[in-house]
Amino acid sequence: MDFTIALFLIQDGIINGAIYALLAVALVLVFAVTRVILIPQGEFVTFAGLSLAAMETGGVPGAVWLLLVLATGAAVMDAGVALRERSPVKAARLAMWNLAPAIAIAAAVLILVPLKLGLAVNVVLCAALIVPMGPYLYRVAFQPLADASVLVLLIASVGAHLALTALGLVLFGAEGYRTSPVVSGSFQIGPLFVTGQSLLVVGATLALLAGLALFFGRTLIGKALKASAINRRGARLVGIPTMLSGRIAFAMAAAIGVVSAVLVAPLTTLYYDSGFIIGLKGFVAAIIGGLGAYPAAVAAALAVGLLEAFSSFWASAFKEVIVFASILPVLLWRSLTSTHSDEED
Amino acid sequence: MNRRELTRFLIFAAIMAAIPFLPFVPDFWVTLLDFVGLASLVALGLVMLTGVGGMTSFGQAAFVGFGAYATALLTTAYGWSPWLTLPVSLAVTVAAALVIGLVTVRLSGHFLPLGTIAWGICFYYLFGNLKTLGAYDGISSVPPLSIFGMPLLDSRSFYFVVWGFVLAAILATANLLDSRVGRSIRALRSGAAAAESVGVNVWRAKLTVFVYAALLAGISGWLYAHFQRAVTPGVFSLTVGIEYLLMAVLGGAGYIYGAILGAGIVVVLKNFLQDLLPLFFGAGGNYEGIVFGILLIAMLQGAREGLWPVIAGRLGKAAPRTVDATGALPGRGFDAGDGDLLRVQDARRLFGGLVAVDNVSFEVGRGEIVGLIGPNGAGKSTTFNLVTGVLPLSGGEIHFEGERIDGLGPERIAARRIARTFQHVKLAPMMSVLENVAIGAHLRGRAGMVSGILRLDREEEKNIFGEAARQIERVGLADIMHQPAGSLALGQQRLAEIARALCLDPKLLLLDEPAAGLRHLEKQALADLIRRLRDEGMSVLLVEHDMDFVMQLTDHIVVLNFGARIATGAPADIQRNPAVVEAYLGSPA
Repeated sequence: MDFTIALFLIQDGIINGAIYALLAVALVLVFAVTRVILIPQGEFVTFAGLSLAAMETGGVPGAVWLLLVLATGAAVMDAGVALRERSPVKAARLAMWNLAPAIAIAAAVLILVPLKLGLAVNVVLCAALIVPMGPYLYRVAFQPLADASVLVLLIASVGAHLALTALGLVLFGAEGYRTSPVVSGSFQIGPLFVTGQSLLVVGATLALLAGLALFFGRTLIGKALKASAINRRGARLVGIPTMLSGRIAFAMAAAIGVVSAVLVAPLTTLYYDSGFIIGLKGFVAAIIGGLGAYPAAVAAALAVGLLEAFSSFWASAFKEVIVFASILPVLLWRSLTSTHSDEED
Repeated sequence: MNRRELTRFLIFAAIMAAIPFLPFVPDFWVTLLDFVGLASLVALGLVMLTGVGGMTSFGQAAFVGFGAYATALLTTAYGWSPWLTLPVSLAVTVAAALVIGLVTVRLSGHFLPLGTIAWGICFYYLFGNLKTLGAYDGISSVPPLSIFGMPLLDSRSFYFVVWGFVLAAILATANLLDSRVGRSIRALRSGAAAAESVGVNVWRAKLTVFVYAALLAGISGWLYAHFQRAVTPGVFSLTVGIEYLLMAVLGGAGYIYGAILGAGIVVVLKNFLQDLLPLFFGAGGNYEGIVFGILLIAMLQGAREGLWPVIAGRLGKAAPRTVDATGALPGRGFDAGDGDLLRVQDARRLFGGLVAVDNVSFEVGRGEIVGLIGPNGAGKSTTFNLVTGVLPLSGGEIHFEGERIDGLGPERIAARRIARTFQHVKLAPMMSVLENVAIGAHLRGRAGMVSGILRLDREEEKNIFGEAARQIERVGLADIMHQPAGSLALGQQRLAEIARALCLDPKLLLLDEPAAGLRHLEKQALADLIRRLRDEGMSVLLVEHDMDFVMQLTDHIVVLNFGARIATGAPADIQRNPAVVEAYLGSPA
């Protein structure tokens, strides 16, 4: 390996690491607020990326139907709870509140996408499609389990991943897609060939991380989320509903998924099941950071990106084996040093 | 296995044996049942691992892979006969499980299932990238099994081999559950502290069940390779591992027949979904994944215990175990010895900056009842945890019979005949009082996993249960010993913990608030029991808030406040001690 290759691998590692950092932050956020280890985080990325790819060609993305299905599920469950309390008016209202936004978004997508209004409109439509899936997913899969153990939530999360990946195949097909870059052009720094898109990845990631720091430090909602993360019961006692903070956390996770998709979809070909592996690498980083610390998760994400880049050079067939095996010593170290006992879970 | 369970097993075995002979059962269903059998083996392992042992694994498919690849490689590349590869396949699986398990069982809480996801993915990619294993194409033309030179080529003849293994696995699992090793595994789920306190080596128990589950998966893999006659990595992927877990959750993770039920539902459902749904929605979908994912979440939301308990509830309750009164374990007696039995010297424990126990010293003599009292937060339970090795000391020394015991783990301290009860009761709620108490005799038995499975431990089991029943009688719970421990009143649960501790045949018994939750007469009976134990030669150290109880019972009292010893002496002196009065009532204004 010469210096140029090393530089190239480092660049590659940093770009991938930036994406993993975003996903790791989303995972830490969701876990801290809801105790859900969000295995389907990567599905938000693929669904957003594949939706963008579909919209580029003027095709209606299959995600529209998923949004409607999830909204219907949430509506039925909310209405069901209200009906058990014997208040049909409330049931109707809750059903409408769940369905109306999804129907409006679906209508907008169906009307606007065939007009091919350009990248900016597509990104907005994509966000409108994917972000609400977060709270709907929380409502359908996790809210009824809000008081269950981390373990039960994890199994449910794996179930959601299984269902969403399988749905991804139905909605987007088995073919892979790559979108056109947001920023075109490229330039040369010494021996290194740098594309505008890869600079965008790093820049956008830094901006988003800074934005999140501001959000948690300065805004009321951010502080409320932080409070629920530190002490759920305490937060409820001062008037922060668990349900609301859960929905917000899931919406933010989905939004981070959309941003990651916009950044990564022009760089790698996305398939319906790519999200799992991408998400899991963010997840490796989140675990190394202890599922609790944002800066540690970001640093670990870069490390994962670099590890992946270099192992793909030296032992490309065993790239995934190396990356996922690296999580085991970390888990072991975390288990031996963390003070929590088995009985808490 | 009692008579009722045996009858149930025989009926099940008879039905399964009869099915392929029924003229109206088409080949298609026999083939499906072959797959149900293969999956049942893995799900049975998960019942032990997850439902009984409390460790959730998404990675069991990897162990199926080890069993399958080992035989596929040996039979195709080296020309071994399939039956010869069975021990090799299982040895490979066990070796892999030992290595993976050594790391995995050390993972705590939700880190453990995450770890299984990680190595589950790893092995899929490893199988898929190793050239020797045929990479993603796998290994084909694996020879079939043959019996007496007759190759088992069709699903009907293979059926008997698969279900023979499944029935054997059911028997083995049921026997294992009802054995010394099985009880220690069952005790894990409600927390390791109680099991450790009676000398169970928790890591070893966890590793044992991990390897057992992997072994069943390995057998399934070996069978699969010779049934399908080909092996590809996709069959051992994480998704398949998730399906195995779904089987266990669906059927009921704690129940043997739940595993079979869950495997049956998932395999049959998968087949029909793969056949039917594409007719409606077009080909090329993975529709069963959608249904399985939703099913998994729905089960967790609606019926977390699984389907089997619903069915089993209609089949009637299990009959109580019969106890042979002639069974007994020989007591090991108490030797006179020199000096104090327990000597705590300048014991110190810090939690961060908080000094929970501050240079506390005291002794417990042989055949002496010592009371450890003090206001809430004085450090009494922490002192108990230091003596029993649950917490390491930050400073000081603890000696037992002249031997230094601080730094030893709880199970090694238990081996020195120190037994304890807990302030917050730690019993396995679903196990009967009798079984909970029998765990206390863990160190007085020797039977291992194999003798448990093969039923070679009956004499020892008879003695353990005879002893357990006697200790239960001693604490006055004889009439409720077959009830689940979780159904008892709190005071009775405390008494059950004392019986469990007595089963250890302790020289030193540590009782943490034994009289809390007892009525007056029950307290008198408990005090009488403790006195009798002392008269036999046992030493007792007890924490208790009921001052009448402590004053009338103890020979000697140690008073703690804010972690430090503020007084020590005979009960009558302690009652008059101004420092003690101040600690409890405050100083006069």
